[in-house]
Amino acid sequence: MPADPTPHGATASGAGAPGAGDRSDAPGGFHSGDAPRRLAQAALRDLPWEVGVAKPDPAVVVDGVTRTFGGLTAVSVDHLEIQRGGITGLIGPNGAGKTTLFNLLTGFDQPDTGTWSFNGRSLGKMAPHEVARLGVVRTFQLTKALSRLTVLQNMLLGAQDQRGESFFRALVPGIWRGQEKANTEKAMELLHRFKLDTKKDDFAGTLSGGQRKLLEMARALMSDPHVVMLDEPMAGVNPALTQSLLGHVKDLREQGMTVIFVEHDMDVVRDISDWVVVMAAGRIIAEGPPESISQNQAVVDAYLGAHHDAPLTVEEEDQVLAQAEQAIAREEQTDGDVLSADTRPERTDR
Amino acid sequence: MGDLLDALSVALKAGLGFQAIFFGLLAIGINVQFGYTGLLNFGQIAFAMLGGFGIAVSVSQWGLSFWVGVLVGLLAAVVLALLLGLPTLRLRADYLAIATIAAAEGLRLLFRSVSATPVTGGTRGLAAFNRDFIALAPWETGKRYSFLGTTWSGAELWVMLVGWVVVALGCVLVWLLMRSPWGRVVKSVREDEDAVRALGKNVYVYKMQALVLGGVFGALGGMIYAVGTGSAIPDQYQNANTFLAYAALILGGAARVLGPVIGAMLLLFLIQFADTLLRTLISNGVIPEGLFTATDVAAIRFVLVGLGLMLLLVFRPQGIFGDRREVMLDAR
Repeated sequence: MPADPTPHGATASGAGAPGAGDRSDAPGGFHSGDAPRRLAQAALRDLPWEVGVAKPDPAVVVDGVTRTFGGLTAVSVDHLEIQRGGITGLIGPNGAGKTTLFNLLTGFDQPDTGTWSFNGRSLGKMAPHEVARLGVVRTFQLTKALSRLTVLQNMLLGAQDQRGESFFRALVPGIWRGQEKANTEKAMELLHRFKLDTKKDDFAGTLSGGQRKLLEMARALMSDPHVVMLDEPMAGVNPALTQSLLGHVKDLREQGMTVIFVEHDMDVVRDISDWVVVMAAGRIIAEGPPESISQNQAVVDAYLGAHHDAPLTVEEEDQVLAQAEQAIAREEQTDGDVLSADTRPERTDR
Repeated sequence: MGDLLDALSVALKAGLGFQAIFFGLLAIGINVQFGYTGLLNFGQIAFAMLGGFGIAVSVSQWGLSFWVGVLVGLLAAVVLALLLGLPTLRLRADYLAIATIAAAEGLRLLFRSVSATPVTGGTRGLAAFNRDFIALAPWETGKRYSFLGTTWSGAELWVMLVGWVVVALGCVLVWLLMRSPWGRVVKSVREDEDAVRALGKNVYVYKMQALVLGGVFGALGGMIYAVGTGSAIPDQYQNANTFLAYAALILGGAARVLGPVIGAMLLLFLIQFADTLLRTLISNGVIPEGLFTATDVAAIRFVLVGLGLMLLLVFRPQGIFGDRREVMLDAR
């Protein structure tokens, strides 16, 4: 089922493109060039396009993880490795188990079986905050801006190991004031990068949907994460902001972070991912570089087959039209007979 | 005119007396739990009862000193908070609300039961446990003093002084905490627990700390009340007091340091003012006998105060100190 396991240079040709995108998308961002991208991509170039393929330098390894809700198997992943320092796109139709897999990886949900690890450390039985402290930080599909805190307070919350967050030390400002100042500077720098610095004293609840997405991402970065998991970072964001968000996601990779993201927009996925993992009905049905995915029959079936609600293509329209014409012709022969099942395509007639 | 002044001075006395301190401390505790952390404690009165009875039982029944009684009361409140929080704080907010409301009612029934009579004095409660405390007053407690048209006994003044000092210290503590990173985490928990978890904070611990702290404030309130009345009777600790404290908090403004204190003073002032004014108007014949009589006043004053609270929520939903922008965000 997997497509041609020998990638024929398609990946190499894509490597030149992102450089141009970076410059326009993220002014004032990181200028360390796109060398890291080439590293991740080069490392992944010679891998066969097979489900569960071993990566040269995996940051996250998932083994035999299953999660069932009653009779429904939401996630059943045999083996998955996520390359360090790369952007891995996780795609699949609605209900494929992408968000559930995210929840399992970050401790928000516990699996029925299986093990998964980050940098060789098992994450099983860990609470969400413990996973986050290891440097695996996530955002949510439905943005969780803390409405009645200011934008700056939202950011400061993201900082780790704050001395003033312990009850008794909080009472002595001298203990945490210096750290707070450093965190504030860092927060303002990030806010500047995400163009939210003018909003720093506004309540987060007054931000627009796109700005909240930006804030959530910036807040996650306050913790200096190693792995960033973004659950539909572009959902409900206008095209202009999508470009800037894309730039920020690429920036994360430039800084050496491992990015895993769920997305429905295939253009976005093609643009920024180094590797794409496709899920359907809880299983991983394909992996490979973005170019390989559209050629994969299993993906086309799963992604466009059962839940296909896109407009018809020209060929499909012709096909339907031909069927309808046939049906009409047959009906004319039988002359006013009872409607049979064959005549149903008639309703597509215009 | 003289009647109105009388009513005002009586109401002023209520707004400054130990009952205002009692509700103020209850409301400060609820403010920490509900206003800042988003925990629904509907049984704050249970913490107050443990505080009051901590002193009463320790002194009257066990013969311990007054200050040991204070410690016993505080400790009992901490234990109750832990017991209520351990099973419920990992669950949704409603479970804590159910557990606390049940605990408040259950504890009161337990304390007034026949089997508990040897310890708590049953329905008659305990008395005569505050002598050591009153004796500490630097002035003569038997004499009566008057200012601003109100008269107080020396003992009352002493309880008030200590009570308001406790309230002030409590406010300073809340202020210090809420401007610190600890307060920021706690407020974030109120907004969205999962977001806070995803940023590496142990939400459970913060919720527990807030629940315990609020419970300790409740216990302090109960102690002031017990010392002020000079007795501890289980039926004084009806759970309606919890909701009056909530009303005080919302009146003053939730998630504001002084909100609960000013709210409690104003609430008691208004209740007493409505009470006295209605009684005066009835006795003067301004309100005709046919409409309602002096015996109805106790109920009618709450109707009036309730009406006032409704008007407040319509025209000033943020309370006296609240930030309207902040409250309006809830509507989204």
